Amino acid sequence: MGGYEHTLWTLFLPVISFVLLGLFGRKYFSKSAGLIGVFLLLLTTALSLYTAYQYFFVNGLVDGIYQKIDAFKFTWLTFSPGVSIDMGIMLDPISVMMLVVVSSVSLMVHIFSLGYMKGEERFATYYSFLGLFTFAMLGLVVSSNLFQMYMFWELVGISSYLLIGFHFQRPSAVAASKKAFIVTRFADLGFLIGILMLAFYGGSLDFNTIIQHLSAQQSSAYLAATTASFLGVTALTWGLTLVFMGGAGKSAMFPLHVWLPDAMEGPTPVSALIHAATMVVAGVYLVARLFPLYALNGASLEIVLNVGLFTALFAAIIACTQTDIKRVLAYSTMSQIGFMMFALGVSGTQGEQGLGYTASMFHLFTHAFFKSLLFLGAGAVIHFVHSNEMKDMGGLRKWMPLTHLAFLIACLAIAGIPPFAGFFSKEEILLATYNKSIWVYAIALITSGLTAFYMFRLYFSIFWRKEYNGHSHPHEGTMSMKIPLIILAVCSALVGLIPFGKFVSVGNQPQETHFHLMFSILPIIIGVAGILIALLMYKKENDRPQNMAQAFGNFYRAAKNRFYMDELYLFVTKNIIFKWVGRPSAWFDRKVVDGSMDEIANLTLETSKAIKGLQSGKVQRYAMYFFGGIAFLIILFVYILK
Amino acid sequence: MIPVSHILILSATLFFIGMYGFVTRKNLITMLMSLELMLNSVNINFVAFNKYLYPGKLDGIFFTIFIIAVAAAEAAVAISIIINLYRTHKTIDVGAATELKH
Repeated sequence: MGGYEHTLWTLFLPVISFVLLGLFGRKYFSKSAGLIGVFLLLLTTALSLYTAYQYFFVNGLVDGIYQKIDAFKFTWLTFSPGVSIDMGIMLDPISVMMLVVVSSVSLMVHIFSLGYMKGEERFATYYSFLGLFTFAMLGLVVSSNLFQMYMFWELVGISSYLLIGFHFQRPSAVAASKKAFIVTRFADLGFLIGILMLAFYGGSLDFNTIIQHLSAQQSSAYLAATTASFLGVTALTWGLTLVFMGGAGKSAMFPLHVWLPDAMEGPTPVSALIHAATMVVAGVYLVARLFPLYALNGASLEIVLNVGLFTALFAAIIACTQTDIKRVLAYSTMSQIGFMMFALGVSGTQGEQGLGYTASMFHLFTHAFFKSLLFLGAGAVIHFVHSNEMKDMGGLRKWMPLTHLAFLIACLAIAGIPPFAGFFSKEEILLATYNKSIWVYAIALITSGLTAFYMFRLYFSIFWRKEYNGHSHPHEGTMSMKIPLIILAVCSALVGLIPFGKFVSVGNQPQETHFHLMFSILPIIIGVAGILIALLMYKKENDRPQNMAQAFGNFYRAAKNRFYMDELYLFVTKNIIFKWVGRPSAWFDRKVVDGSMDEIANLTLETSKAIKGLQSGKVQRYAMYFFGGIAFLIILFVYILK
Repeated sequence: MIPVSHILILSATLFFIGMYGFVTRKNLITMLMSLELMLNSVNINFVAFNKYLYPGKLDGIFFTIFIIAVAAAEAAVAISIIINLYRTHKTIDVGAATELKH
């Protein structure tokens, strides 16, 4: 099906921005880099929106299903006839949805950065990195095969690394960028092995072919993948679990989450783009992309469910205790991604049972807007208060009314208060879990209550609590910082009204999502309760928070220290891996590998020292050796070896 | 008829005299002469074996003549080398030419 040539340009325009600003930015565009980046991203966003319009409304339904469309495809590497790696653009409802999300959030961040990063020395470099990231993320979502996805996956990782470490003069930023890179790389090792396993059994790298081969239960590929086993677990489960490990690393799922809070060292707009709205949901996207396989393989879907559920609760508890506003948002992001994960985990493949899938994608969609809004709002606050700590803020609503309003809308959205966006998606997730298991539902409900609590704790601490008495004079930012806040606030308020099930659902078949009034009462009550508790504790300065902290005692301390996960990692790496693996291998390398080479060199040297006297330069000496040698050979061959 | 062993003893004696001279003398001209001695001992061997083993053939004799011709050419080359050596070192003592060592 043709007519999607322009979609290719959504990838190329950010590349142009990257190359142009990366190579020539500092010299020629040090002032205008931002405008160039914004202009190119504006075109990209327009093309993405047009693609979405064309996909959903012009091509629309064929036989009651949104068809998968290969907008563009070419064979990249041919190994032998039939075995090749393709590059392509595949459009289906989720990739089109992600195109819109990624390009529009990226555009907002581009615009916001005009004001936020103004006067930065490496302004142009910053925009070129943003271009690289946007390109990589768009490439990731439209990938038509696993290998292409893996390449873009790594590109996203490297641009995240570059942007976290953007202020490389700060040692903490360098450490954070390294940490993010190493943790996600470690997870990607699992991803790569998983890809190879799926490709081996599925006989292809192409998503459609793999899914086709491995989801037909009678096919030989499926039988081979389910009969081969390792440690009592089938090859298919291993493959899918390892792929999920890659996704969990990128999406900061427990226990691979440790990099995300530290990644907040990056500039705040970057956190909004990469570490809230787009890159960190790549893991969810990956699972959704391979969902037909996960759905058939109960064991791996169970892992997705449990990891997602645990992370959602775990991160929400930590978020209640942190005082760095960006860290609160980071843990909140983890928690929300946990929601998306377990929503996939409870989903089935058919009709009503596939509600979890729709809900997960819907939450991804709405979350992208309100979470990037929260980050940009926090960025505006940090920009003028020059601090990340809650104690330095308070009472800012009088100084920054617009930011205050936008932040409030985002908080209401994430807390699940109707009619804001988060309400609808969270509602669907809760409904999906309720249909599956009451326990999962209960935990999800508690977590959403916690979400409301910590978000409003944040909100009251920043904007109410006390009169602002800091040294700087906070005020609203420039126009470029206001516009994205307004647009995103409008989106956060309204995107929930989109009948999402009509566009994205598990079989790409439009679905009616019913709205159950009775069902939604309980979540709303819980959400409002969370808000009220936060109101009581944080609206005015009082000693209730301290009393509360004391009541929880050790549990509070543990949560405040992020359950000692970083310390655990440090312990494992330093005392176990470095001590028992690192040092012995270093010793082996120095003594055995290097040592044997040194020994060979020494031997040669010693031998040459011993025999160099033989080369005297005296012809007659040589003649003696010559005759002696002949005599020796004659004796040897004539008398000894006859 | 002289037995072949006599001739071989003569040739071996000549060869070792030549060898002795080659490794002990320092004078290049003497060394060249010693070399010629060794070549001639080989020639004697060729002639003797030709006569005693294949009396009807002349291969050994021809080879001898060939060696004499080569030896003459070689002497010419060797002497020119010696002259050059004399020009550069002002001596024809073989011990003076040890540049190969360095």
